[in-house]
Amino acid sequence: MDIIKAENLIYEYKRRDEEGNIEGIDRAIDNVSLEVKEGDFISILGANGSGKSTFAKHLNAILVPTEGTVWVDGMDSKDEEKLLSIRQTAGMVFQNPDNQIIGQVVEEDVAFGPENMGIPTEQLRERVDEALKTLGMMEYSKKSPNRLSGGQKQRVSIAGVLAMHPKCIVLDEPTAMLDPAGRKEVIRALRALNEVEGITIILITHYMEETIYSDKIFVMNKGKIAMEGTPREIFKHVEELEEYKLEIPKITLLAHELKKKGIDIPECVLSDKELAEALKKLV
Amino acid sequence: MFKDVTLGQYYQADSVIHRLDPRVKLAGTFLYMISLFVFNNIICYLVSAILLTAVIILCKIPVGYMLKGLRAVLFIMVFAVVFNVLFTEGDTLFEFWIFHVSLKGIKLALLMVIRLFLLIVSASIMTLTTTPNRLTDGLEMLFRPLKIFKVPVHEFAMMMSIALRFIPILSEEADKIVKAQTARGAKFDSKKLTDRVKSLIPLIVPLFISAFRRAADLALAMEARGYHGGDGRTKLYPLKYAARDYVSYIVLLLYILVIVFLGITFSKLAQVLILYFANTDFGNVLTWLFN
Amino acid sequence: MPITADHLTYVYGGNKKLKTTAVDDISVSIDDGQFIGLIGHTGSGKTTFLQLLAGLIKPESGTVLIDGEDIFAKNFDLHSIRGKVGIVFQYPEHQLFEETVFKDVCYGPKNLGLSREEIESRANEALRLVGIDEAIFSQSPFELSGGQKRRVAIAGVISMKPKILILDEPTAGLDPAGRKEILGLVSDLCREQKMTIILVSHSMDDVAEYADRILVINDGKLAIDATPREVFNHKEELESFGLSLPQVTKAMVRLKESGIPVNTDAITVDEALNEILRVIK
Repeated sequence: MDIIKAENLIYEYKRRDEEGNIEGIDRAIDNVSLEVKEGDFISILGANGSGKSTFAKHLNAILVPTEGTVWVDGMDSKDEEKLLSIRQTAGMVFQNPDNQIIGQVVEEDVAFGPENMGIPTEQLRERVDEALKTLGMMEYSKKSPNRLSGGQKQRVSIAGVLAMHPKCIVLDEPTAMLDPAGRKEVIRALRALNEVEGITIILITHYMEETIYSDKIFVMNKGKIAMEGTPREIFKHVEELEEYKLEIPKITLLAHELKKKGIDIPECVLSDKELAEALKKLV
Repeated sequence: MFKDVTLGQYYQADSVIHRLDPRVKLAGTFLYMISLFVFNNIICYLVSAILLTAVIILCKIPVGYMLKGLRAVLFIMVFAVVFNVLFTEGDTLFEFWIFHVSLKGIKLALLMVIRLFLLIVSASIMTLTTTPNRLTDGLEMLFRPLKIFKVPVHEFAMMMSIALRFIPILSEEADKIVKAQTARGAKFDSKKLTDRVKSLIPLIVPLFISAFRRAADLALAMEARGYHGGDGRTKLYPLKYAARDYVSYIVLLLYILVIVFLGITFSKLAQVLILYFANTDFGNVLTWLFN
Repeated sequence: MPITADHLTYVYGGNKKLKTTAVDDISVSIDDGQFIGLIGHTGSGKTTFLQLLAGLIKPESGTVLIDGEDIFAKNFDLHSIRGKVGIVFQYPEHQLFEETVFKDVCYGPKNLGLSREEIESRANEALRLVGIDEAIFSQSPFELSGGQKRRVAIAGVISMKPKILILDEPTAGLDPAGRKEILGLVSDLCREQKMTIILVSHSMDDVAEYADRILVINDGKLAIDATPREVFNHKEELESFGLSLPQVTKAMVRLKESGIPVNTDAITVDEALNEILRVIK
């Protein structure tokens, strides 16, 4: 079964003037339909204003569709009785590492979600330790979040969602405010969660190089899904991606330029290793 | 400039006082403080001081560290002493200008200093030995009965705990904004008060906006993690009384009984002691202290 | 107006046990019009170093000379360098406070005590430089998009017409288009307005592309001071500092390791392209 299914999803913001009269309507999401298989690693790529963050907020029922429907593990996100159940099924991690940690101590923050679910105290302990261990943050369990690096803070946030035992984790630009080391840390953690724990990952980002391990990529532009496919299918459309204001990884770009110069290498190169292998045959 | 703002700085140590249930510490500190105010006499203070000394020894916090915290309130103490010494009516010891110093004034000042000292040390022991979290939990549990009167006890506790989490973040941010505006030529040290107040606008506006933005983000994050108020929530560390907590309550009860007894019988007790030591130097001191 | 750090040292924490040396005996001289890339791992002391250069914090020992003058000397008025050294902090949009975009950009020049005409002409020019349309001059800065806010905040610094502009990760949190805009702007300020630029960035690709000279800071010390090409030749050293190579250089190293005889000093896509073509044709 599909863990996430969106059908003809439309979301509109109403712009209001100072008196509160409606001035105009902005369509942030424009007729989006997509399906995500359980256990997949999905990336949603897009520039600012492409609607990707608005879309993400629908998967956790923080926003509900203006038109169309979103199902999370078969539950309609408009169904208010299912609200808590949806939020437990599809956990959410946000961009700013400081503004989503509630606890003053790491382990208390991780416990926050399960506490809201009313999990008995004995099981809380287990869940918290298990989540912290999975994210490699066990040794920081008694520390203040303020002492951690950006990447560590995001791992705490992911642990906080993991402790709710979700089937799917949606991450809304979790790396945008991190340094390169922190970004790597978070992406590595997500891949492990996906491969080892089998949790569905939906990563929203504007960094293309973070998406090369995805099972599937959706590229959003102006509220619509502009492209979808595997990384290899997506990355070869260099010109089109540039049109959507995305930044092509330098390796892919280099290979693309070589190809244009008539060098016989594969259409889409994702890593230096692939580039080396392709060129070795030519020397 | 904002790094000095500290609220209940916890001092980590492994002691029985640290492990006590926060409710015991809250109730204890509260009753202790009241006891200091109800009976204003030297014998009761002596008993209070003994109890406090015992707690200080038990809590394993270096005394020097604890006293450092007192520096901030030294000013109040000095003020209280000066005020009491100079402005108390009584048998004048000596006089200058408009002031006259009396024995009674000195005595009142002495009592005042002892009281303030005990008060502040007891309060600081509570914050030094209890993490802000446990303190908030303790407050929430103690005030839980007020829920019947629709007092949002859980919400207040949650607010307090969030505020504590964000104080260091916002103070760091304030520091950054001060530097950024200084680099844009702002002067925060102007001599004129109006200029000084005006110069704060470029600091306060961004700080408020940041606080609101963080609050909105946090609310979203809390909602996404299934927060729906205090109903049905469980706790990683629920408060449970242990044997040491009951013992502490008993000690507290005994203390109150002793203080009340001494407080009520103080004047009689004093007379007995004065008579006993009559005509000795010690007797004279007692007379001065007790009358 | 050259800026020189002379044995600059800064120590954090009053408590003797907790003292950490954030900036450790850095001496460096930066000439007019240079585009300096400053790189270092998070916590290496970069930000502290920048704040010292801008005279916002006082060093433990050593000093900063601007135009040969010791800015931390006893009778030196630090206010006088505010119009000379501009600093754009991380997430500079967090310092916006005025009711309108235009007023906010006027704040700096106003503090310099300039005439009204001068203030307004500077604000106009600064906003034009950062590419803010006149139509939004009278809007509240808080209603703008993220990228626009950032540009307005930068205009608020360049309206003071600094000779030296320090930027601490000015592209943090922006999307690729926003990043490109800001870096293009900074590059223009250096080439056309002849400002000295000191740019802190976590992106090796960005500093490789824009900087004339790179300073690498590690553990509070100035570890490497060289041209981009030379700096990125120190692969092992950079990795030991927790830094990496530009993507292109990394790829060239990889090619060489797998037996393709390329020079590994390419730092841009074009250079790499030509080098590979040279080898395989």
